[in-house]
Amino acid sequence: MLTKKYDPLKRKKLTILDETGSIVEKTLEPELSKDKLLEMYKVMLLGRIADIKGVQFQRQGRMLTYVINKGQEAAQVGVAAAMEKRDWLVPGFREFSALLYRGATLEQSYLYWYGNELGSKFNDDVKILPVNITIGAQLNHAVGIGMASDILGKDEVVVTYIGDGGTSEGEFHEALNFAAVFNAPVVFIIQNNHYAISFPRSKQTKTLTLAQKAIAYGIPGIQVDGNDPLAVYAATKEAIERARKGDGPTLIEAETYRLGAHTTSDDPTIYREDKEVEAWSKKDPLIRFKTYLTSKGYWSDKEDEKLNEELADYVTESFKKVEKTGLIPLEDIFKYHFAEMPPHLVEQYEEYKAYLQEVKE
Amino acid sequence: MATLNNIQAINQTLAEQMEKDPKVVVYGEDVGHEGGVFRATVGLQKKFGSKRCFDTPVSEAGLVGAGVGMAVNGLKPVAEIQFSGFMLPAFNQIVAHVSRMRNRSRGKYNVPMVIRMPYGGGIRALEHHSESQEALFGHIPGLKVVIPSTPYDTKGLLTSAIQDPDPVIFMEPKRIYRAFKQEVPDEEFTIPIGKAKVVKSGTDITVVAWGAMVREVQKAIKTLEEEGISVELIDLRTISPIDQTTIIESVQKTGRFLVVHEAVRSFGPGAELIALVNQHAFLSLEAPPSRLTGFDIIVPLDKGEHHYLINPQRIIYEIKKIIKF
Ligand SMILES: Cc1ncc(C[n+]2csc(CCOP(=O)(O)OP(=O)(O)O)c2C)c(N)n1
Repeated sequence: MLTKKYDPLKRKKLTILDETGSIVEKTLEPELSKDKLLEMYKVMLLGRIADIKGVQFQRQGRMLTYVINKGQEAAQVGVAAAMEKRDWLVPGFREFSALLYRGATLEQSYLYWYGNELGSKFNDDVKILPVNITIGAQLNHAVGIGMASDILGKDEVVVTYIGDGGTSEGEFHEALNFAAVFNAPVVFIIQNNHYAISFPRSKQTKTLTLAQKAIAYGIPGIQVDGNDPLAVYAATKEAIERARKGDGPTLIEAETYRLGAHTTSDDPTIYREDKEVEAWSKKDPLIRFKTYLTSKGYWSDKEDEKLNEELADYVTESFKKVEKTGLIPLEDIFKYHFAEMPPHLVEQYEEYKAYLQEVKE
Repeated sequence: MATLNNIQAINQTLAEQMEKDPKVVVYGEDVGHEGGVFRATVGLQKKFGSKRCFDTPVSEAGLVGAGVGMAVNGLKPVAEIQFSGFMLPAFNQIVAHVSRMRNRSRGKYNVPMVIRMPYGGGIRALEHHSESQEALFGHIPGLKVVIPSTPYDTKGLLTSAIQDPDPVIFMEPKRIYRAFKQEVPDEEFTIPIGKAKVVKSGTDITVVAWGAMVREVQKAIKTLEEEGISVELIDLRTISPIDQTTIIESVQKTGRFLVVHEAVRSFGPGAELIALVNQHAFLSLEAPPSRLTGFDIIVPLDKGEHHYLINPQRIIYEIKKIIKF
């Protein structure tokens, strides 16, 4: 069991694929088909390109505040790839690529950051909860989904996300305790990207790792190299299997780095050195994954170039479609609060419609 | 006298009060090193050190709860909640403890703490970044709730809030943080909490607003005056306790009343004000006292937010309706 071997209290961190793209733990290399590996890579690359372009669109005034994911693709796709179709994903707000892998369309994901609630309405067969902005709350939802799965005998596992900063919220601790007490089939992923806006991980908590917080709740915890898609995959896979067997929750800390700003409103030069960013750029998950795929003979520079171009076009086209959605129809801002609109809301809606009509005339 | 915007006025006031009173501590998420996501606390940590101005972990219950303790033990905490939408994890502390310590201990302990928070819409933000929750706080016995609308008022009211012996929720209309500048005296001055301001006197109708809505009403007034309608505009400044006298006297004079607020309608501050007018100025009324408010809906994301926000055109429409009644 990985969680036994990689004890967070001893700061043992799981790495399978190192930053040069070589396998450092041959026995742990997950057996993944070529197709699966390429699918993972493609979604990571799509996430990366969509992210870079998302920032550009924002700078051009075409997108609103945008949460930047650059550098965290392995911590997202490695997890999502280990899930089964019947499993649930309960995100925070920085899991763009995980959402894409689990079946959110690029248009939907963009639409949300474009300022339209429809971007949170995923397709019927996609089990993803909407992006959650209030840090910590999502973890308890995940626990409840897991409890329901257990009570109803559904055999579904829940994967949920939080950031390093989020581990300071009360709800983080309440959720871990709840999940442990109810033996809920939940996998908690902490994306430790080293910052909560300007506040560094080193000041957020006195513990050596975030993974070791699991110990206080009596559940397994493991720290993995979050820029290594194989390590993230392997740890998540094991945790999901454990949960599915009825052996309860796991806490996984994926140590990664936010290469971009916190959001497009943030100026990271206030709180971190370029040198630090450069050092982490060398650990880029995409570079090491590409090297790995190439060394296996699954991928080539030429194919990569072609894919880059295709995805860039796809992203641009998708965003153009998003821009065509325009404004939200008036009715939509009223009608989703209740199954049936209560009289006072009907009145407010009708009155405002009449007003709009009158001032138009 | 310097010309400041609202953010600069906050910054200057905090620096001034920290200078004057070593018990004042300023803290919150990203408040120390970065100087706050809106830069309200820029330079304070450098100037006063990290025991007087500091960052906290991401934990609103922690930072407000610890504020209660700091206050009980002799400090004057000025806590920042990054956005009012994120005060909810601290709501238990605010409602169950910040507001109650004085009464619970029969005056032995008080909580002279200020909780600052940007609030309100109009900045095209993500979910939970646009709400107006003043009614939630106004409903709590033991809390004072203050909302400035200009840099001058920001300084005077924040100074009063920090010096107040009781807890003050200081809500900052973020949409006008940098919208305009105004001359603000360099030296300390206070504006009393619980006192509204007659921004402009008029004879046909009393309009009460606060925060970002004051400017919207002012824009509406320009058009209305050209059409011969004389509006008396009152900036409420303090949501709780309400300045009853200023409002009642005004309505007794004008005979008409409109409250404009960005917050949702039901159980909002508008209802409270209309009740006040009905109770104390009923016989002066020439039309039913009225409210123009946000709809009873969740503030929509950007592509629907324009429907929610109140603009001068709607204010003009509403005022004319009341005048025509
Ligand atoms: C309850 C709550 N408090 C504060 C915020 C404001 N806020 C947004 S992101 C953030 C930092 C979060 O850091 P972390 O959990 O490490 O996640 P990251 O943003 O780095 O992905 C803060 C304080 C929020 N969204 N929710």
